[in-house]
Amino acid sequence: MTATTLFEKLWQAHLVEADAEGLPAVIYIDLHLVHEVTSPQAFSVLRERGLRVRQPKRTLATLDHSTPTTPARADGSRDYLDAATEAQVNALIRNCADFGITLHGYDSPDRGIVHVMAPELGATQPGMTIVCGDSHTSTHGAFGALAFGIGSTEVGHVLATQCLLQHKPKTMAVNVWGRLPAGVSAKDLTLHIAGQVGVSGGTGHVIEFRGDAIRALTMEERMTLCNMSIEMGARAGLIAPDGTTIEWLRGRRHVPQGDAFEAAAQRWLAFRTDESAVFDRSIDIDATAVKPTVTWGTDPGKVVAIDAALPAQDGGNTRAFDYMKLQPQAPIAGARVDVVFVGSCTNSRINDLRDAADILRGRRIAGHVRMLVVPGSERIKRDAEAEGLDRIFRAAGAEWRQPGCSMCLGMNGDIAKPGELVVSTSNRNFEGRQGKGVRTVLASPATAAASAVAGVVADPRACQQEIAA
Amino acid sequence: MSGFESITSRSVALPIANIDTDQIIPARYLTTTTRAGLGQHAFQDWRWLADGSPNPNFALNRAENAGAQILIAGDNFGCGSSREHAPWALLDAGIRAVISTAIADIFRNNALKNGLLAIVVSPTEHASLLEGAGEAITIDLHTQQIRRAGHAPIAFAINAFARQCLLDGVDELGYLLARTDAITRFEGART
Repeated sequence: MTATTLFEKLWQAHLVEADAEGLPAVIYIDLHLVHEVTSPQAFSVLRERGLRVRQPKRTLATLDHSTPTTPARADGSRDYLDAATEAQVNALIRNCADFGITLHGYDSPDRGIVHVMAPELGATQPGMTIVCGDSHTSTHGAFGALAFGIGSTEVGHVLATQCLLQHKPKTMAVNVWGRLPAGVSAKDLTLHIAGQVGVSGGTGHVIEFRGDAIRALTMEERMTLCNMSIEMGARAGLIAPDGTTIEWLRGRRHVPQGDAFEAAAQRWLAFRTDESAVFDRSIDIDATAVKPTVTWGTDPGKVVAIDAALPAQDGGNTRAFDYMKLQPQAPIAGARVDVVFVGSCTNSRINDLRDAADILRGRRIAGHVRMLVVPGSERIKRDAEAEGLDRIFRAAGAEWRQPGCSMCLGMNGDIAKPGELVVSTSNRNFEGRQGKGVRTVLASPATAAASAVAGVVADPRACQQEIAA
Repeated sequence: MSGFESITSRSVALPIANIDTDQIIPARYLTTTTRAGLGQHAFQDWRWLADGSPNPNFALNRAENAGAQILIAGDNFGCGSSREHAPWALLDAGIRAVISTAIADIFRNNALKNGLLAIVVSPTEHASLLEGAGEAITIDLHTQQIRRAGHAPIAFAINAFARQCLLDGVDELGYLLARTDAITRFEGART
């Protein structure tokens, strides 16, 4: 038998109809995640054509993108940005009721950012195909699932048929060797890889992250990495399931229980790349050389190590320097910070909050800095509060908010002011992403927290050494 | 979608690399529940000044570019989010084709599903088209050529199925629904 990649195995297992001369493949979708922003137009198509949702049990919805992160008032009303935002949330509530879809809404203890919530519930499982009208669906690839973002038209296709028309992507191996140095996080590795691959380097490909550095990552860290595959232009990111994956999933609500779980685990572990399988492309990354890394420009591929100088100005980066108001060849450390955001589907999990809290414990954020900490889900919020993390954040002068996407894309009104510099644990530093004219520096939770304390972009290792000593 | 043959229009240069979907339409305009009316927000933060007046330095605001339907954009156009609001906004603003040296996967997919042509050409061809920005060019989907007076035609590749859907007005959801028996068999075989 021919040696095949993990991607090839996932693809073959979901072929309803193989691609033929001039025709795409019909791919079956195991799990369809739905949120309020990209779904209303798809439900409208179903209504116009008199169609039902083919597999409501394979569809799971939540409210995350446009929800306020301030608590509900005593009368249950919420502080929506505007009437349109509230109408959009209400449309999803109505659509889920009308079409028989489970919605983790405000009344659910499981509500959260779609890419945080689904893994927590065990709805995300190895060997699955998973789609959502959201590009960061690549997050679920951390479990060895083929997971990718789709547009609203395709949301309608999946609702109606549980299938998508797809052209087979190419494969790319990103081999990461060695161990990450102390004080260097999965986010630093992710930004480092984005810098190496570039923002279009993965276009047309599904990336599989491989190597001993990847095997050493926890599931939360793997999700951080796969989350940003799309920032490398990739269709999806994958990490083969292993013992870490199995143990993380054991006992979660949607996975099989007891003996059935052990049987499922055996099936899941078969989703791996054969030793002699060939990738269309391959690159190698030395994990031992990675330092705390941040972005300095207006795309996630423009990265710099925290202790290094920015590049010289050239034709390709003048626009980014102009927008970011940063000096070529100057260090990024020391740039004045106005706002710090810890949250998003990249870095809002309990380990991320612990990383930030470790730095903030017993410290205060700088007087001129505003800091928002937004847990990824209700469950993470409860866990963090049980550990007392919320008290550490509040004592340091940060705001502790309700779960949601919040300032990652700012469509709920959580934004900064024009010209302000935000150190953000999210995934995109595009012009205006966090508010018109706002400048975004992407960073790890530790770097974000250290920068909040210093009031300038700062190396977290100094704080961490102080804690250790 | 109606049948699609060719576009002849003045081209407009937007030679900026990595134009992401947040530039095409910022997230704050995604609160709609319909597809209509997004054109006014296409390239919002580049197109309009803080006081709401048109930015005179933005190419699409120049009088001579009024009504232009073809954008010649920098490398990696449409990177970022999966928001289909991006092609909806461009189409509503009158843009019917984008030509670049690379186009992000999800954007290209969304664009083609809405009848917005997303065309990739070589860097040399791209440079030549940029030089001729402002001239009328024809994009012929039938022959898969970009034609420009006084120049050899530029052949472009496009996914055969997407091309057929555009030319014949094939409805992809109808195509999938026609496979219901195969989908049912697939589901039956797995359980």
